[in-house]
Amino acid sequence: MNALTPDEWQALWLSLRVGLLSVACALPFALALAWLLSRKRFPGRQLLDALLFLPLILPPVVTGYALLALFGRHGPVGEWLAAFGIVVAFRWTGAVIAAAVMGFPLLVLSIRVAFDNVDRRLESAAQTLGAGAWRRFATITLPLSLRGIAAGCVLAFARAFGEFGATISFVSNIPGETRTLPIAIYEQLNTPGGLPGVQRLALVALVVAFAASALAAVAAGGSPWRRHADD
Amino acid sequence: MIELALRHSFREFELDVAFRSDARTLALFGDSGAGKTSVLNAIAGLLSPREGHIAIDGVTLLDRRERTDVAVAARRIGYVFQDGRLFPHLDVRRNLAYGMGARDSGAAIRFDAIVELLGLAPLLSRRPHGLSGGERQRVAIGRALLSSPRALLLDEPLTGLHAQARRQVLGHLARLKQELRVFTVLVTHHADEVAQLADEVVHLDAGRVVAQSPIARFGASRLEAP
Repeated sequence: MNALTPDEWQALWLSLRVGLLSVACALPFALALAWLLSRKRFPGRQLLDALLFLPLILPPVVTGYALLALFGRHGPVGEWLAAFGIVVAFRWTGAVIAAAVMGFPLLVLSIRVAFDNVDRRLESAAQTLGAGAWRRFATITLPLSLRGIAAGCVLAFARAFGEFGATISFVSNIPGETRTLPIAIYEQLNTPGGLPGVQRLALVALVVAFAASALAAVAAGGSPWRRHADD
Repeated sequence: MIELALRHSFREFELDVAFRSDARTLALFGDSGAGKTSVLNAIAGLLSPREGHIAIDGVTLLDRRERTDVAVAARRIGYVFQDGRLFPHLDVRRNLAYGMGARDSGAAIRFDAIVELLGLAPLLSRRPHGLSGGERQRVAIGRALLSSPRALLLDEPLTGLHAQARRQVLGHLARLKQELRVFTVLVTHHADEVAQLADEVVHLDAGRVVAQSPIARFGASRLEAP
């Protein structure tokens, strides 16, 4: 099998960049939302919970269309962003948004489970020692959830890396700008004689997916403190 | 000095206690389910009673009628929980120092002095997982004291320890009482702990105060451990 062509490298690099940036952008929001859902009871919580899963339930193409309707030139958010000279539709930045939205439920879910598993009694102990909400979160909740957060990041990255439907309907298929690895595979499939390219890219996708799932397994594999005690 | 009056409904029982004491170490004595830990939780602010008033050394921590309810983190109550609750991801040194950073430590009670008093020096770099029950409890006591508390709450601090560790921690607590002047509330159902540590005893039963008296007048027969 031949090495990747420059276009294929470009698609791989774009997918990696989109995957990493989407997780980085989504993470602060995911941490905040997971904390709210794990620790607080408030009106509308059920609704928020249901909304969170929409990107997992809806056909990705519909999510992509919704993003286009929101962030497109004439969409409410798109118009507002355009006033600051920011355009995301049909740009690689839009692909980051699409990937972030698609990976968001997985990220929130993993982090929420991690927060739920932190012993609340430790947080109340910290409270009696004078720690306010922020300090408790930063020094107790967050460090004890690190593995779950890392596992969520890897899952969300894998989801973002493979994103196709929402991306192609939101930012289309522009070589060098929005043609991510899955879109490049789709493009090659529709090109006569494109099969060797499909095989090369599919192999790359397989390697990345395997690496991500191995990382997720390592990240989720029990508490580091317990391992320390077993030493 | 503590003044306390609480009313709160639990599913199983009604808590209705009131007492006032000038003792330096006050024991809350009674069977399990008497409401002892609930009283500690209310003092620390972890339980929000339906009605109540709590003041320590003239500082009001809770007054439902005046709508005063000092936040847990601002109460300066050093709470030694029955289960220790050491932070598993921090070594002993950082567990001990946890309460020092958040407040003006004023260094009334210094780190080195507490470490020395409780014999914690050999443990400082260890993680809670590797500690014995008695060691954990000593660290928990040190951590609570280092937060410069206006009151120290000890919830069955010796429960679950084997005889030797129990004697050792009891010895440390007796020494702390001698050397530090911290108002302490001790919850226990063991007569010997009351006899060794307390100046005054409040006897709780089924959520109510059934007796209160200085340790000298609290007959040994009434202190028989169940």
